[in-house]
Amino acid sequence: MGIDIKQLYKTFSLKELRKGLGVTGRQLFRKKTTIMYPEEKTPKSPRFRGLHALRRYPNGEERCIACKLCEAVCPALAITIDSEERDDGTRRTTRYDIDLFKCIYCGFCEEACPVDSIVLTDIHEFHMESNDERLIEKQDLLKIGDQFEAEISAARKQDAPYR
Amino acid sequence: MATIEVDGRTLEAEAGEMLIRATDKAGIYIPRFCYHDKLSVAANCRMCLVEVEKAPKPLPACATPIMDGMKVYTKSKLAREAQKGTMEFLLINHPLDCPVCDQGGECPLQDQALGYGKDESRFMERKRVVASHDIGPLVATEMTRCIHCTRCVRFGEEVAGIMEMGAPGRGEHTQIGTFLNQSVDSEVSGNMIDLCPVGALTSKPYRFAARSWELQNHPSISPHDCLGTNINIQTLRNEVERVLPIENPEINDCWLADRDRYSYESVNSEQRLTIPMIRDGNPDNDGGWREVNWETALKYATSGFDTAVSASSADRIGGLACPSSTLEEFHLFQKLIRAMGSHNVDHRLQQIDFRDDSIAPVFPASELNIADYSHLEAGLLIGANIRKEQPLLSLRLREATLKNDTKISAMGVINYEMNFDLSETVISDPGALLGNLASLASEVCKLTQGSLPNQLASLIGADAGNDPAISNIANELFSREKTLIILGATAQSHKDASIIRFIAQWICESTDSKLAILPQANGAAGWIANCIPGNLGKNTVEMLTSDLKAYLLMGCEPDLDHVDGQQALNAMTAADFVVQISAFKSTVAMEYADVLLPMTPFTETTGTFINCEGKIQKSAVAAPPKEDARPAWKILRVLGNFMELPGFDQVTLADVTAEVSLDQLTPSARTTSPEMDTSLIYHHTSGLQRISDTPMYRTEATLRHANALQKTADNPFPAAGLNQRMLEKYGLSDSNSALVKTVEGNSEIHLTIRLDNRVPDGCVYIPTGHVETAPLGVRTSVSLEKA
Repeated sequence: MGIDIKQLYKTFSLKELRKGLGVTGRQLFRKKTTIMYPEEKTPKSPRFRGLHALRRYPNGEERCIACKLCEAVCPALAITIDSEERDDGTRRTTRYDIDLFKCIYCGFCEEACPVDSIVLTDIHEFHMESNDERLIEKQDLLKIGDQFEAEISAARKQDAPYR
Repeated sequence: MATIEVDGRTLEAEAGEMLIRATDKAGIYIPRFCYHDKLSVAANCRMCLVEVEKAPKPLPACATPIMDGMKVYTKSKLAREAQKGTMEFLLINHPLDCPVCDQGGECPLQDQALGYGKDESRFMERKRVVASHDIGPLVATEMTRCIHCTRCVRFGEEVAGIMEMGAPGRGEHTQIGTFLNQSVDSEVSGNMIDLCPVGALTSKPYRFAARSWELQNHPSISPHDCLGTNINIQTLRNEVERVLPIENPEINDCWLADRDRYSYESVNSEQRLTIPMIRDGNPDNDGGWREVNWETALKYATSGFDTAVSASSADRIGGLACPSSTLEEFHLFQKLIRAMGSHNVDHRLQQIDFRDDSIAPVFPASELNIADYSHLEAGLLIGANIRKEQPLLSLRLREATLKNDTKISAMGVINYEMNFDLSETVISDPGALLGNLASLASEVCKLTQGSLPNQLASLIGADAGNDPAISNIANELFSREKTLIILGATAQSHKDASIIRFIAQWICESTDSKLAILPQANGAAGWIANCIPGNLGKNTVEMLTSDLKAYLLMGCEPDLDHVDGQQALNAMTAADFVVQISAFKSTVAMEYADVLLPMTPFTETTGTFINCEGKIQKSAVAAPPKEDARPAWKILRVLGNFMELPGFDQVTLADVTAEVSLDQLTPSARTTSPEMDTSLIYHHTSGLQRISDTPMYRTEATLRHANALQKTADNPFPAAGLNQRMLEKYGLSDSNSALVKTVEGNSEIHLTIRLDNRVPDGCVYIPTGHVETAPLGVRTSVSLEKA
């Protein structure tokens, strides 16, 4: 067996080590990619699929008409809807529950909705402390919609040309 | 036979038959909206256009008769373009509101738009909008969606017999609707919903309740008619949402009466009894009632019956069952009463005359198969409001009259409006009815050259002239094949019902006709399960008049279900101990009952139904029992166990069914002996004769709690009906208020007077089944005073 001169040179000149330290050295003076979460946040796509919301029309009327298409399309069976004829004769939900544990955030519900009522917002920072909080109800969903309507509609508008 | 070629396939078909029938039979799909198998051809939707060789233009398959050697292309370029063009025109004015439309998901227009429609509309103009009118409590309208297929119009005109919907206006201005904004009052109006290919006509009680794709199907049997109509109970998350028909050519075809379609509403009623209750007299509780668990309730019931038996004797216990119970419920019910040592058990709440019980047939039956009603040649309805009692049989009779010049006549005490043309109508007061029937028998005798039994000859009244109508009826029954005599509700609740049955049977035998004694609901099963007193026990009327100490009630509210509500109520109040097994809480029952045991209504239990032709069918469980409610057969079984009676250890329902012999259910309505007591009970003393029937949606608790049915025209507020001559005679007019008194003067009620020309002279029509009219009982004579 002969002696590999090249290998010996590599070993004793610490070439690999210096190469690695070179990378470290370069990165040391570059701009940082990590951010100080949660004080700092990365930008999100307008198509981001986070927590659900039910939207309203500008006149305050809820958009949802209880057509149950979202319930039908939901692959995780996370949505439960009960409907009735409201006093003014329109079709409305009496219950709109989403099981956040079952939901896989696929966004099919949003795609199925004929009136752009159910949407997935870009909210992803939510948690629950007990099992029974996993169900998010109609009033909660409407509240989220009311609170973030500006962001929701801005995101839809931004994405509209590609739809 | 003709040989045709469709899309390259050779088919054998009847020459002259419409093309679409042949392709349907062969399984070749042709789109359509206006064509329906059971309706006449309108050919107005143009969706079924197909290419026929040598025809210059595409032809509608529904209106193109088959000719030998015809070559048809249903999917050629010409046919496709014609179909797509039609679809584009249909969608011009059809709103795109599928998400809020109840038809969405089961809509032929939606489905066919997917196959034949464009994905973009070229129509930029304004869409047509049509105002919708309220057409009653059962059918919701959204006429903008209407595509003018006229199926609903043709259904009313051809099948139901009353043209309630029409299409006034032409072209763009055509609007389907009722004339003069009237409501749709037909007893089979719900079928228009099934027929409507779009969402123009939808079910009002089901409105926005669910979507078709999420409903679960439960094929079952309707408990309300004696036909055993096949129904599909649809549920969503264990709640019954609606009922649809299941096609069965031998029974209901593809139709369903509103009674069977909408009775499910009572299942979700607020008056449902779901927890056992006992009244132990604790004044702290509401009216002495408190909710308890099953064990406490059953122990309380057991000790109550024990006390009643030890205080007097076992035969002072009575049992009354609702005629819409299942065979198993009837069986265990009578078994329990008999095991307690009593034979007082009955389910015939609408009958007063029981004189022919000992010679009665196995069960009240229709000797003619249901399907053969459509092929009848002559018929006689005796005291039968067939249209309201058995709406689907009435449709078949109508079909017969339209198809083959069938002559159907009516004799009775009320001139009921039928949905087919009656050949002859003989209406008289209840007393004269027997005389008329006897005259008919004597007319029959003249034709057969037989001799009239003396019993019948003595019934013919002195004033019985030669009514040509009666001799015509005799002639029709005698000269035609396939004839039938039907006994309806007012004939069976007549005070001399046994004589009516006797005469009817005699006429049947003389004219070689068939006899149909139509039982109420599942009454046939009640007979077969022996839920009748027999020789040892007391029948309903005897029970109520002989001061019984304890009652067991199953599914019935005697104060409303029995012909003589007041008598029933008095008997219940006088009894020491009453156990009511019921699906509903009734305020009246809570006055007299001591224990309320919650049973499940028809949607939550399973059992056997036997229809009037002896056909055995099983119903199915559609939803789980609400709260603590239990199927009545389980309640009866456990009650038997608590009483430590033998023979109550069945585990499954099949064990119960196996105890009833169901062999040889030949439908015969004939008595087993030709001898008969024909002495009259009915005596009219003075004043007006009261005639009555129970309105169709008041015959049982399940129907009385169905809200939409209660709002229909078939459930009017009780009033006293008199004809024009009688109104003049008494100086009254329509909607006056009057005081109705029994002749004995022991009870009186205030009623509104209504002009009712169906009522014969000398009579006043006051319906039963209402709290308001119950105090009158079944008195024959009443007097009227203007209030």
